[in-house]
Amino acid sequence: MSLINSVPEMVLTTKVDQLLNWTRKSSLWYMLFGLACCAIEMMQTGGPRSDLDRFGMAPRATPRVSDLMIVAGTLTLKMALRTKVLYEQMPDPKYVLSMGSCANCGGLFQLAYSVCDGVDKIIPVDVYVPGCPPRPEALTEGLLLLQQKMMQERWLVKAERPADAA
Amino acid sequence: MDIQAIHKLLHDRFGAAVGPVSSARLFEFIEVAPDRIDEVCYHLATEPALLFDSLSNLSGCDYPLRGKIQMVYDLYSYTHDHSLVLKVDADRANPRVATVERVWPAANWHEREAYDLLGVVFTGHSDLRRILLPDDWVGHPLRKDYVEAPDYHGISTIRESVLNIPGRN
Repeated sequence: MSLINSVPEMVLTTKVDQLLNWTRKSSLWYMLFGLACCAIEMMQTGGPRSDLDRFGMAPRATPRVSDLMIVAGTLTLKMALRTKVLYEQMPDPKYVLSMGSCANCGGLFQLAYSVCDGVDKIIPVDVYVPGCPPRPEALTEGLLLLQQKMMQERWLVKAERPADAA
Repeated sequence: MDIQAIHKLLHDRFGAAVGPVSSARLFEFIEVAPDRIDEVCYHLATEPALLFDSLSNLSGCDYPLRGKIQMVYDLYSYTHDHSLVLKVDADRANPRVATVERVWPAANWHEREAYDLLGVVFTGHSDLRRILLPDDWVGHPLRKDYVEAPDYHGISTIRESVLNIPGRN
């Protein structure tokens, strides 16, 4: 958002798209979705030392008021079905951050019979954060990357679709 | 009380249902018939001289070449500070073992896990359902001849692995 104030004082000029994106990225409420040890690092990231509140992020206990799902931990096949349901319950626009090796690709447990190797088999993922588990700094960087991605979106411009997409 | 003395007490009471003490190098154990394990365990838990008040662990192992599934009961007595290992051989084609849930309530979940992963049916169990895997899972994964289904509810279980283990799908 352009903060250059030209003519009238106390007025900011911007584009509507950017204003919408700025408001959206500044109140990114994430759903608590800790599945394994990565959840400990996610709690640490939400805690006072790395303090996600300064980016306007707050943990929510329900998908129905959440903008972002941080998939933190090993996704079993049993949980994969629930994950899809939870994702579908989130209101649009919604984002998914895959945290740690297990959520990215199954990690250490990818050959186990009960493990789904990668959350992107189930739901679309916006940002992948590598690590086992990622430190709070890494998760914070992933969230900042997601904010950058959100600022690129253009909601008012009709999306150019390929001809075969109805 | 050492294992020989415990074995003598058990053998006097239950006869052929209790096998001889094994000659294992590390841990000696006693084999018990699968349909009498509940009585033997009840006796072990209530007899004042034995008083095995704790079921430390209940596990199992699949032996396809020998055609059996072996259940292992690790018992411990906090009162007398002695321990005991019991083993039960179940027929692999139709594994049925009497439940010890009435003796130690902790056995409830242990036996559900053994049913879930090995397919052992515990006769008399109050709630024999899968405990870890989903209810609609096919097969028992800790059996040596378990073959993974190619997908689960549309989720492909075909895994791209650099290890490329032969025999896997």
